[in-house]
Amino acid sequence: MKSYKNMLEKQQKKITINKELCKGCELCVFYCPKKCLKLADEFNSAGHHPVILIKPEDCIYCGVCYIMCPDYVFSIIQTNKK
Amino acid sequence: MKFLYPESLKQTRHLYCAGCGHGIIHRIIAEVVDELNIREKTIGIAPVGCAVFAYDYWNFDVTEAPHGRPPAVATGIKRVLPDRIVFTYQGDGDLSAIGTAEIIHSANRSENITVIFVNNANYGMTGGQMAPTTLLKQKTLTTPFGRDIKYDGYPIKVCELLSVLDGTVYLERTAVNSPKNVMRTKSAIKKAFLCQIENKGFSLVEILSQCPPGWNMTPVESLKWVDEVMINTFPLGVIKEKI
Amino acid sequence: MKPKKVLMQGNIAVCEGAVAAGCAAYYGYPITPQNETSAYMSRRMRELNRVFIQAESELSAINMVFGTAVTGRRAMTSSSSPGISLKQEGISYLAGCQLPCVIVNIERGGPGLGNISGSQSDYFQATKGGGHGDYKIIVLAPSTVQEMYDLTYSGFDLADKYRIPVMILADGYLGQMMEPIKIKSKIFNPEDKINKGWILDGCKDRAPRAIKSLYMGEGELEKHNWYLKHKYDRIIKNEIRYELYKTDDAEIIIVAFGIAGRICKGTVNMARNKNLKVGLVRPITLWPFPYKIISSIAKKVKRIIVVEMNLGQMLEDVKIAVEGKCKIEFYGRPGGVIITQEEILEKVRKGFK
Repeated sequence: MKSYKNMLEKQQKKITINKELCKGCELCVFYCPKKCLKLADEFNSAGHHPVILIKPEDCIYCGVCYIMCPDYVFSIIQTNKK
Repeated sequence: MKFLYPESLKQTRHLYCAGCGHGIIHRIIAEVVDELNIREKTIGIAPVGCAVFAYDYWNFDVTEAPHGRPPAVATGIKRVLPDRIVFTYQGDGDLSAIGTAEIIHSANRSENITVIFVNNANYGMTGGQMAPTTLLKQKTLTTPFGRDIKYDGYPIKVCELLSVLDGTVYLERTAVNSPKNVMRTKSAIKKAFLCQIENKGFSLVEILSQCPPGWNMTPVESLKWVDEVMINTFPLGVIKEKI
Repeated sequence: MKPKKVLMQGNIAVCEGAVAAGCAAYYGYPITPQNETSAYMSRRMRELNRVFIQAESELSAINMVFGTAVTGRRAMTSSSSPGISLKQEGISYLAGCQLPCVIVNIERGGPGLGNISGSQSDYFQATKGGGHGDYKIIVLAPSTVQEMYDLTYSGFDLADKYRIPVMILADGYLGQMMEPIKIKSKIFNPEDKINKGWILDGCKDRAPRAIKSLYMGEGELEKHNWYLKHKYDRIIKNEIRYELYKTDDAEIIIVAFGIAGRICKGTVNMARNKNLKVGLVRPITLWPFPYKIISSIAKKVKRIIVVEMNLGQMLEDVKIAVEGKCKIEFYGRPGGVIITQEEILEKVRKGFK
């Protein structure tokens, strides 16, 4: 487990959340295998509670949030560190 | 590994409800179009229903069609442009109510088109009325006491209905209520587009889609309703494969 | 060298006019009295490697026309009155989306199932809407088999020029009769007649496009409707067509279209033989309607007789044109009955007493 995490850190994965598109449906929260997503207390400009990454260190970049999101909120990029 | 939005998708706010399956399905179609490298050859036909604005969400040519008529419009396009990839995107009212004649006959002629049929067991856009695919005992705006065989008939199983026609080549029913089902839907859609690219004939993917407001549930509850209730009437899987 | 003449039935002349104009696709459904059209096209279009489908209904046929029109290729459908009723939704969408196409109505008696004889009772349906919304389509009324051919041919050009559906409003008598006609020496290929600039054919080397008639944003639909209106104004300014027959010194004018117009020409000849000064105005475009010419003629004559094979439909447009400047009478036979030169002459003679 530890070496996998090290590998991920070396690969410098990045996850971005477009809060303005989120409608607070919680499909990502429900399916995240590491339970690192939650709805924020604040609102976005559309009046929804957008999703936030509460434990970024636990994220394994599996992409399930991207797969389930109906609103195009998540992007996950991998850039290899040399 | 990358999870980036496909070029064929406009990454813009859309008008679908929170948790609605349409957003997922639009993305999957866009991913397939990108992966098959057919964006510049694809022409989509939007329905009348929740997805009426689909042309605002995809980055390829899309046309409107009168309610229920997309298969006829698709026929008119594909016959004069046989090398383009033509698909219709229809809901349960569009396809299985008003459009029954058009879907049956375009399937019967084995038009070389792909139909994406989004089944959410009610008429979302107009407020949640009964659809031909509404389940027995399901309460909707026009079945306030629950769908009753005596007055309202039975839910229509579109894939099974079309499977009897010799002209249909590939029919599969999937869902988008879990990551596994979403991935399965994507491979079904890809298979259906490949069926068209390889000139094999009529293909249709029926996708059970969650409709939280129409079912009076939260988005997460609606995921479970697909598994616990819908699939009993609409079993998932390949209904026909003649390829 | 004299151009060749071919003996042709009206329903077939429509087909050959379409073929010559480069029609890429024909979608039809059987209905009397235009069954010859779909039967002929089923062979002719396939011979030319063009598209023919006998659709599952007239409704599906007009939507197949919509699909082909979206790609910029020329498409046609034909039917008769009850089938044209089915097409009205599609026609409204075609007009709203600004899609060119040709729709042929070989009218029969109505309303409802009616009968299978020729009639002129779809004038209102053709010119005043039929479908929902503020829209117009160009309506051309042939009165001979030659015009069945020529107006279908030029109908495609008009449709493309203005991005508008064009209706050929004929009737069962014109559809069934046979006359020798001149046909074009050149037959266009569908590829020679493809529209550009707005069509959907895959977004290669350009931005993607959408074709729609739905405008939900604040003020958008109004703007679109005014745009359509300005287009219709241009058509009114440029495309009105009519025939004037012996009107210069006429004291009584007959206004009639289509087959009635042709029969009334015979009445004019009979009347002139008896030294009665009768003339005929035969509108060829029913929309745009030739209000101005009728209005100016009305100032100079005593009576106008409107003759139609219906209960009085074009009559209303003539009344609008005349605006009370002279007396208007009406002679009509509904229910698929054909008028005769003699009975019209009777009506005309009563006015000379």
